[in-house]
Amino acid sequence: MSILADQNTNVIVQGITGSEGSFHTAQMLEYGTKIVAGVTPNKAGTKISDIPVFNTVADSVNNFKIDASVIFVPAAFAADAILEAAYCNIKLIICITEGIPVNDMINVYDYIKGKEIHLIGPNCPGIISPGKTKIGIMPGFIHKPGNIGVVSRSGTLTYETVKQLTDLGLGQSTCVGIGGDPVIGTQFKEIIRLFNEDPETEGIIMIGEIGGTAEEDAALYIKDNVKKPVAAFIAGRTAPPGRRMGHAGAIISGGKGTAADKIDTLKKAGIAVADSPADIGITLKNLL
Amino acid sequence: MKIHEYQAKRILKEFNVPSPKGYFAKSVKGSVKSAEKIGGNVWVVKAQIHAGGRGKAGGVKIAKSLSEVEKFASSMLGSTLVTLQTGAEGRKVKTILIEQGLNIEKEFYVGITLDRSVSKNVLMASTEGGVEIEKVASETPELIIKEIIEPSLGLREFQSRKVAFAMGLTGNQVKGASDFLMRLYEVYIKTDASIAEINPLVLTKEGEILALDAKINFDDNAIFRHPEIYKLRDFNEEEPLEIEASKNKLNYIKLDGNVGCMVNGAGLAMASMDIIKLSGGEPANFLDVGGGANKTTVANGFKIILSDPNVEAMLINIFGGIVRCDRVAQGIIDAINEVHINVPVVIRLEGTNAEEAKILLKNSGLNFSVASTLHDAAEKVTSIISSN
Repeated sequence: MSILADQNTNVIVQGITGSEGSFHTAQMLEYGTKIVAGVTPNKAGTKISDIPVFNTVADSVNNFKIDASVIFVPAAFAADAILEAAYCNIKLIICITEGIPVNDMINVYDYIKGKEIHLIGPNCPGIISPGKTKIGIMPGFIHKPGNIGVVSRSGTLTYETVKQLTDLGLGQSTCVGIGGDPVIGTQFKEIIRLFNEDPETEGIIMIGEIGGTAEEDAALYIKDNVKKPVAAFIAGRTAPPGRRMGHAGAIISGGKGTAADKIDTLKKAGIAVADSPADIGITLKNLL
Repeated sequence: MKIHEYQAKRILKEFNVPSPKGYFAKSVKGSVKSAEKIGGNVWVVKAQIHAGGRGKAGGVKIAKSLSEVEKFASSMLGSTLVTLQTGAEGRKVKTILIEQGLNIEKEFYVGITLDRSVSKNVLMASTEGGVEIEKVASETPELIIKEIIEPSLGLREFQSRKVAFAMGLTGNQVKGASDFLMRLYEVYIKTDASIAEINPLVLTKEGEILALDAKINFDDNAIFRHPEIYKLRDFNEEEPLEIEASKNKLNYIKLDGNVGCMVNGAGLAMASMDIIKLSGGEPANFLDVGGGANKTTVANGFKIILSDPNVEAMLINIFGGIVRCDRVAQGIIDAINEVHINVPVVIRLEGTNAEEAKILLKNSGLNFSVASTLHDAAEKVTSIISSN
């Protein structure tokens, strides 16, 4: 099994006619993702990779059963796109877009919180359940179906980790990129809860970075609830305080959110923390 | 994005948030004129740089005569101010702010920012004004008053009143402080600020509530909605290499180490810095070349990293997902032929078409070491550093 999405998940692409949207629609279709429709205002009636385009999410929902939406809409309009999907009661919304204003995301988060909606991202690579579906921008071929759940705030560092796992013969149940922004829809803790409840996930990898306290919150949850082996890596041990390291969320502010603090909390919760990013895969393998 | 104190106070004024009467000046003559215009017999002369810690570094002076204003202005303007936050190289003072002196009864801290743990904005206040708020937060957290702001409601008056009472204010002062906080929230929300901090907020002997200092930073992601604020960006306050990098759509942060690195993706870039440290080196920079690592971005990346004289070696770590490694490799080869590289370079390309990329690099005849795994890259960086 996998979490959040599998081969039966029907997907729409919001922003399907843009360069990113159309390129990744083709890539996802090639992987086998069930994309049933796309949405771009004023483009209804056209097709992208043979997928019909609608003006609104509501129109697509009236024509198809939709389980998930993946959003490639530009940052200025992306919060609106997330809300449009949420209003249509789409249960899984994956926002790839980078650079959404924080205040927009505060309002979006306030609206979806408490509802039965999983918003993944924004500013994330999306999710993949290897061999079943890919709803995002990650390179499909490095993945392998299997039993390891991967959750991460980063993109390419996740690919690096997945490659290590695949090279070690460890496939993945689902890999989730939760995004690098300060306000995101779903935190580590919730994804780890889903992995914990998924009978086919046998081990979990959490890839965190400096800033915020989401890794610490997850560590507390793991300590009390998770019996499956968990390995982790925290990026940014050499990052200076007060500087935003690429991701808006990766910043040490007021002395809080340092890698050292996070690693310490994780270790105390019984999580195996890899010292080097080259050892993330092997650190988990040693626990199995 | 950061702005100067005098600019922040101008924005406060637009929203009717009170601050002392004052003018900015870029010359000694202008400073004296400003003081004359303000009137009275006590002025405060404040160096305008983006870093904090100015008071302790001599960047804030109280003048009791016009000749003292002149004296302080001439010693500050053009000088280099080194504070706890500027680093050893300090910042050149190009502008100063002249303000009326006040009879201060009490100092407070107030600030609004994002509370990441609840994904909502939070109003914070403390009776410990004028000191570093981080220090108060870590040593005496009970002295910080917090009021979470509901996104759908905004800051409500009962909340700002509650905070004013908790600050120990009474009578008319409560209304003054509450109004101040409501308007400060308007500034924060309407300008898409990431922090609006008044430290100190002062109560004068006359019972007035004013912003003695003001720090407003803005959400970079929202700056497109505020072209008038973007105009306030002061390039003099930024690292020249970082400005150059941002022009080339590269995300570069200069650090103090000796090993430069060029990586795609922020998380992998941080992890590569960590690898350099584990290998016995110190990262010279953070550099994320983004998703489309091509010849131009790689060449610009080389130029920027090598402009830093401390760089003794370089690690290039690209995980080709959608980007094909052979294209990146060709970009590196073309860039090296264009830019003179005088330090050893370790290149690690992984992902789509990584094998083709390795062959291209090997056949190029250029002098760099090619690593396959992250482990291998770390070892090669270590051997270069230890042989230096």
